[in-house]
Amino acid sequence: MIRVEALELGYEDRLVLADLNFQVDRGEFLGILGPNGSGKSTLLNALSGLLPPQKGRIIVKSEPLKGLPSRLRAQILAVVPQSTDVRFPFSCLEIVLMGRYPHRRRLGTLTDADLVWALKSMRRTTTTHLKERPIIEISGGECQRVVMARALAQDPEILLLDEATSSLDVRKKLEIFELLKFLSDTRGLTVLCAMHDLNLAALYCGRLMFIKAGRIVVDGPTDQVFTPAILSEVYETPMEVVRHPGHQRPYAVMLPLSPGTWEDEAGVEPLEAAQS
Amino acid sequence: MKESSLPADNLNRTVDLAEARSRHNLGARRFVIACLVMGLGLLASVALATGIGRMDVGWSAIAAVVLGKLGFHTGAVDRTTEVVIWGIRLSRVVLSGLVGAALATAGVIFQGLLLNPLADPFTLGVSTGAAFGVALLVMLGVGGSFLGLSPLPLGALAGAMGAMAAVMVLSRESGRIRKETLILAGIVVSTFLAALISLIKSLDEESLSAIVFWIMGSFSGRGWIHVGFLLPYLAAGLALGAVYHRELDIMALGEEQSHHLGVAVSAVRLKLLLGASLLTAGAVSVSGVIGFVGLVVPHLVRVLAGPSHGRLLALSAATGALILIWADVLARTLLSSGQELPVGVVSALLGGPFFFYLLKSRRSRGMW
Repeated sequence: MIRVEALELGYEDRLVLADLNFQVDRGEFLGILGPNGSGKSTLLNALSGLLPPQKGRIIVKSEPLKGLPSRLRAQILAVVPQSTDVRFPFSCLEIVLMGRYPHRRRLGTLTDADLVWALKSMRRTTTTHLKERPIIEISGGECQRVVMARALAQDPEILLLDEATSSLDVRKKLEIFELLKFLSDTRGLTVLCAMHDLNLAALYCGRLMFIKAGRIVVDGPTDQVFTPAILSEVYETPMEVVRHPGHQRPYAVMLPLSPGTWEDEAGVEPLEAAQS
Repeated sequence: MKESSLPADNLNRTVDLAEARSRHNLGARRFVIACLVMGLGLLASVALATGIGRMDVGWSAIAAVVLGKLGFHTGAVDRTTEVVIWGIRLSRVVLSGLVGAALATAGVIFQGLLLNPLADPFTLGVSTGAAFGVALLVMLGVGGSFLGLSPLPLGALAGAMGAMAAVMVLSRESGRIRKETLILAGIVVSTFLAALISLIKSLDEESLSAIVFWIMGSFSGRGWIHVGFLLPYLAAGLALGAVYHRELDIMALGEEQSHHLGVAVSAVRLKLLLGASLLTAGAVSVSGVIGFVGLVVPHLVRVLAGPSHGRLLALSAATGALILIWADVLARTLLSSGQELPVGVVSALLGGPFFFYLLKSRRSRGMW
């Protein structure tokens, strides 16, 4: 579905990610994990065609991403960004209908199929009740779900999510991930999801990719790579991994950092006191 | 959890679709009605505005002249009355309407494209750029007409595009247009160009009155030939807006989201900026710089018709035409001495307070 070959990504003179080689198949649910600033968003920006690679190439459905016309690309690939800043008071239904843009003819009227897709996507993300509300008046979490609905209305084969559930409460987060899992298992939707919530990732992603310091540290099935050793190394934090007795999925427990993290500062304080 | 067990909205699917469809149709019907009302309002305004002036011409004479020009045979009207109605008043009213439509349309495009509710041809410096282009040509003495075509609109276009480019460069930071600096850049560019126009003015005494006309904005002495200058620009700009209104909706969400939704961002933006500059250049080349129409009208219409650009463009063009027709009537009748005010003064007097209101009210809502 997506193949990345010898990819190097960066901005002007700053190299962010190097030596990326991987392939994601149809229906896979991939979690991309790593500390702040490790390049998760950069990778997603490149995969969505927003950031042109400095080296290497990205193949989507055996076509180079670079050569795909924008509308065709948007029929295959949908993106849910971390935050959405809308300044014009479009209704939420209008926003979701924008997801139909790549499928609509230039001067064609709104078809039933477009409306059905928009309504179905809103129902799937439990945003139907927001249909007529202006997007600028709803909460951050509601907005994330509306934008998710818009991405689903694109009827994509690949969905890229960048911290797309960060403003959602626990229940809503689980609902969205259940939905994504359902679409991935039954409709063959390929999901690539950059996230911080380790346990959410372990619960839903079949495969995890850890990124750190500009490289892929490890990439493999969740059961094999979600280990205390890898987690502790990637996040530089002591972690334990436990299997839940009920669902048998692993989950991570973080341990307190070793004492002495603030020791340096203790020595500084008298100086500060003297200054003030 | 299966799809069916996701929290249900308890709405039957077909009912849902029918409801959304009927809502959509209702919106479309309202839009058609709004267009009809605006169309009638425009016709009535053109007739009324033609009747208002120092010389009392009478409604029957207006009807007779217009019908006569359309090829109907009507009773004779004396020559002077005919010239006043057809050659002076009606052409001027029509021109002010077209300029209003062009400026309002350009305002809609600029605001949507640049994500800035304060953007309009005047605040972005595009109008002043066009005026500078014209002033330069006037100074160089190439103001005459050639086979009925004047090079002035081309000068205006070059000036408008140049100013637009300068503003974009000034407000761009690492590949993005910063909305905070956009208007600031517009003011810088426009102030600089206004100074250059003043310089040209003082270098070339002969063209003084002509150049003052471009800066202040006026329809004084304009006729059908200017309607002819403007029409191709207006038609091109409106057609572009009609074709790309859906892209405008999406681009109002920002560049990244437009990209994700499949809009070819740079190509579409270039076309729309070109279209808005064309509209501005056409308007400025026949009437000089008229501020605030492009700013105020889109806001007024957005409140009534919503943010969707298809409707916004059509209704803003009509509203802009209405407002400028009446602003020009005020400009030529306000002073009892019979002297004319530049219409740019009237539009600024009406639009300035609105701009003030906008600055105060929207900032608190975090619009920019």
